[in-house]
Amino acid sequence: MNTFFQLFVSGLATGSIYALAAIGFTLLWQASQTINFAQGEFIMLPAFFVLAGTQFLGLSFPVAMAIAVVLSLLLLGLGFKRIIIDPLLPHGVLPIVIATIALGILMKEGVKQFYTAEALPFPALFSDRTLNVLGAAISVQDIAVLLIALGAVALLQLFLNGTKIGRCMQATAQNPNVAEILGVPVRRMILYTFLINAGLAFLASVLISPIYLAKFSNGETLGLIAFIAAIVGGFNQIRGALAGGLLLGVIDNLSAAYVSASYRSAVPLILLIIIILVRPQGLLGKAEGRTV
Amino acid sequence: MSKRTLATLVAGLAILILLPFTQSNYGVFVLCSWLVYSISAMGLNLTLGYAGQVSLAQASFMGIGAYTTALMTMAGVPWPAAMIAAMVLCFVIGLLLGYPALRVQHHFLAFITLAFNALVVLVLRNEEWLTGGTYGIVGIPRPELFGLQTQKPLAFYFFVLALFVLMAVALYAIIRSPWGRAFKALRENPIRANSLGVDIRKTTLLAFAIGSSYGGLAGSLLAQLTQFIDPHSFGLTISLKVLLMVIVGGAGFFFGPILGALLIVLAPEFLRFTEGYYLMIYAVLVIVLMIFCPTGLLGLVERARTALKLRQNPNATTWEAGR
Repeated sequence: MNTFFQLFVSGLATGSIYALAAIGFTLLWQASQTINFAQGEFIMLPAFFVLAGTQFLGLSFPVAMAIAVVLSLLLLGLGFKRIIIDPLLPHGVLPIVIATIALGILMKEGVKQFYTAEALPFPALFSDRTLNVLGAAISVQDIAVLLIALGAVALLQLFLNGTKIGRCMQATAQNPNVAEILGVPVRRMILYTFLINAGLAFLASVLISPIYLAKFSNGETLGLIAFIAAIVGGFNQIRGALAGGLLLGVIDNLSAAYVSASYRSAVPLILLIIIILVRPQGLLGKAEGRTV
Repeated sequence: MSKRTLATLVAGLAILILLPFTQSNYGVFVLCSWLVYSISAMGLNLTLGYAGQVSLAQASFMGIGAYTTALMTMAGVPWPAAMIAAMVLCFVIGLLLGYPALRVQHHFLAFITLAFNALVVLVLRNEEWLTGGTYGIVGIPRPELFGLQTQKPLAFYFFVLALFVLMAVALYAIIRSPWGRAFKALRENPIRANSLGVDIRKTTLLAFAIGSSYGGLAGSLLAQLTQFIDPHSFGLTISLKVLLMVIVGGAGFFFGPILGALLIVLAPEFLRFTEGYYLMIYAVLVIVLMIFCPTGLLGLVERARTALKLRQNPNATTWEAGR
């Protein structure tokens, strides 16, 4: 029972990081019908910005983090939208899928060629002490990660529901044409969405890299999991992506312990197939109108 | 088919027959893998280009076909039976996978097939008693035809070429049949096609299943070509590679996937001097292509042709010029 509780909590911690990625994913989908297949690499890259700052430029850790935030917003937010998505949007979903897959390869290979192919340790933001809760050893880092990630999601919700810009963004996501008629600067709202996605990716990156080490190929699994979390929870809901992320984190941890190590990664995949078959709108999602 | 197209086709076939004689063993191997991937991409083109469904599982069908053929021929089953079994198995799995997936919105097939491909690789890797795990299967025999061995590269090339032509003709017949026209109608305007009595789900499902069995055949040929298979050769990256072949060449054009396969199979040969930067250059090229020409190279050709006709006859509508 203690092991179960331990696995459950650490699963929630990694799950909350998956949730950040999944939320960014759904936001992009809502705002501009962009399925970002490079989402995993978006989470892999910012950690390397930080490491490049501390290792090559000799910056202190906080300064490197600050520069990495700006770089992430510029490249993964603004640059991604202007250079890749804007020209592709008129052509529909498929070219975006292909182009973001290619972008993922480019980012991965870029880090491998110009930085390193090895897994690098990333400074932990919190101590790795463990607390004794009801006989189970719970690490402080897990709790802190969980709190920060959930805090970020709560802030995001507050922003989307409580501010004028947030409401304009929701209107844009629901119906860009009507939003434009009502005077919402639709293009700027979409840009904000891309910036938020980049910010979430940065946060996920610095939270997960101390746990999994920073490696060029981290994006492969992260991207797939974020993607599955978004669909399982509900592709058109922030709540859904959050629930999906937490669920996947816990399931992943528990199945590693109780199913089998070799079929561990099959569990989320099977969950995905079952969800699509039984409840295609996701656990918390609302059914969208059928396209046909 | 006009006389000119017929002449071009005959010339193309003549080149395909004569070309391998000028090549080294390695050159013949590259040509063979081009033809094999072309068959796979042709199948995916039926699903993607004609029926408008994105599938990310073509490599897993190649894997199923390859392992079926390898295991059966090595157990002593004659190769024609093994290859037909591989195609039938892929067709059935395609039906089983597509039936529930096509019930829902269009991009869900992409998600389900993505998960399916990852699952197939896991099973191939973990069920060592059957598939040899990560070590794969070595020593797959090449077929023997009327007492002729195809162990030599040239002989095997002609075996692959014959099957390639056969599958291309079969695909052409499918596309030209009323049934294949229903695929196109679906892609262009599903609601209108439905109102004219096309059963959307049944038609797309069949397109997906036929496309999958093309993948199965390509897989069996690949197993015989390399005589070694492992799970790595059928992962998601390979599915993406086949998808790219279809898109780069031009989805929905008959010769699109064949051209795309040629470019993608040859690209590593030409870009070899770039060494580690190869994949980066490749990725940039793909992004640029998607931005400037999302309909693929044949789409670009068609656009140029339409523009030319419009210039010669400014009074024609775009639609007339596009004919």
